[in-house]
Amino acid sequence: MDMSLTFFVEAFLWVVVVGLAVLALARGKILFREATRDGTMDFLRTLPRIFLGVVGSGFLAEVIPQDLVVRSIGPESGMLGVLIATVLGAVTPGGAVVGFAIAATALRSGGGAPQIIAYATAWALFAIQRVVVWELPTVEARVVWLRVAASLPLPFLAAIGAMLIGRP
Amino acid sequence: MSTAVIGCLVIAAAVTVLIRQGAGKFTEVISHDFLMFLELLPKILAGCLIGAFVTMLLPREVVARWVGGESGVIGIIIAMLVGICLPGGPFAIYPVTAALVGLGADVGAITAFITAWSLLGFNRALVWELPFMGGDFVFWRVIISIPLPILVGLFARMLANAVASSGEVK
Repeated sequence: MDMSLTFFVEAFLWVVVVGLAVLALARGKILFREATRDGTMDFLRTLPRIFLGVVGSGFLAEVIPQDLVVRSIGPESGMLGVLIATVLGAVTPGGAVVGFAIAATALRSGGGAPQIIAYATAWALFAIQRVVVWELPTVEARVVWLRVAASLPLPFLAAIGAMLIGRP
Repeated sequence: MSTAVIGCLVIAAAVTVLIRQGAGKFTEVISHDFLMFLELLPKILAGCLIGAFVTMLLPREVVARWVGGESGVIGIIIAMLVGICLPGGPFAIYPVTAALVGLGADVGAITAFITAWSLLGFNRALVWELPFMGGDFVFWRVIISIPLPILVGLFARMLANAVASSGEVK
């Protein structure tokens, strides 16, 4: 990634952290300490998964048959490729990095940008495992199904948007 | 569970690289990706801290009142803006959604909220997506996705009305 962009994003994130920490301190030391502890624990819990995602996508990109990726979801695969990518996004497990790791792998091995955008959008909106394990137990089922049904066209809309503007 | 499956796949892929392409290629992949992993760490720590601070400073009832208080297109736009700003993983977002349902927010606002958080959430995009996908990809994906929470909110509301009226006919 572009070095200056990396630096800018990192600086921005830490400015937000410091701002929030000051706000938390103003509300009391206990709140500040609890939030810092919770955040650090979250960080330590996600570390193994991130390691797996980053190192894993490198190895997977090496062994994945590149012509298969290009044929099914490459730049020339059109709307059928978008459909394939959307289905793949829906069946990808919903963890923090799995979808991005796979999307990065596909991008490195010749996937088309609109198809990868469809994949990332479908995975973000209706990864089946996330809907079943996280959303259905907490949110009323009627609302979940209406949301998922309304979201089904979005990967296609996003892919068509990318095709129309010719980016990224 | 899914972590274990991915772990097995990764080990299989690593072994395949080692056998097919040799130790040189294996070391090259692992050292490149390990550097990437190290570069990620401060960003992810910042993202986790932001999530924890916002959760402490903004109780879910407060967020739910903001999102659920307005109806119409304004309600959908407010829901979208809150979704963009709210950090945290699914374990943070779905309890807020449940609180929204409890406060009587409509399906359109709820759908716009989850969609905005999933597609446009700044914490998610900067901490998770950017390192993997690169700046160009994330920037254009986000630009393309800006209208989507509003569209899907309106669509979900239409669906809800259609389902409700078909229920009345029966």
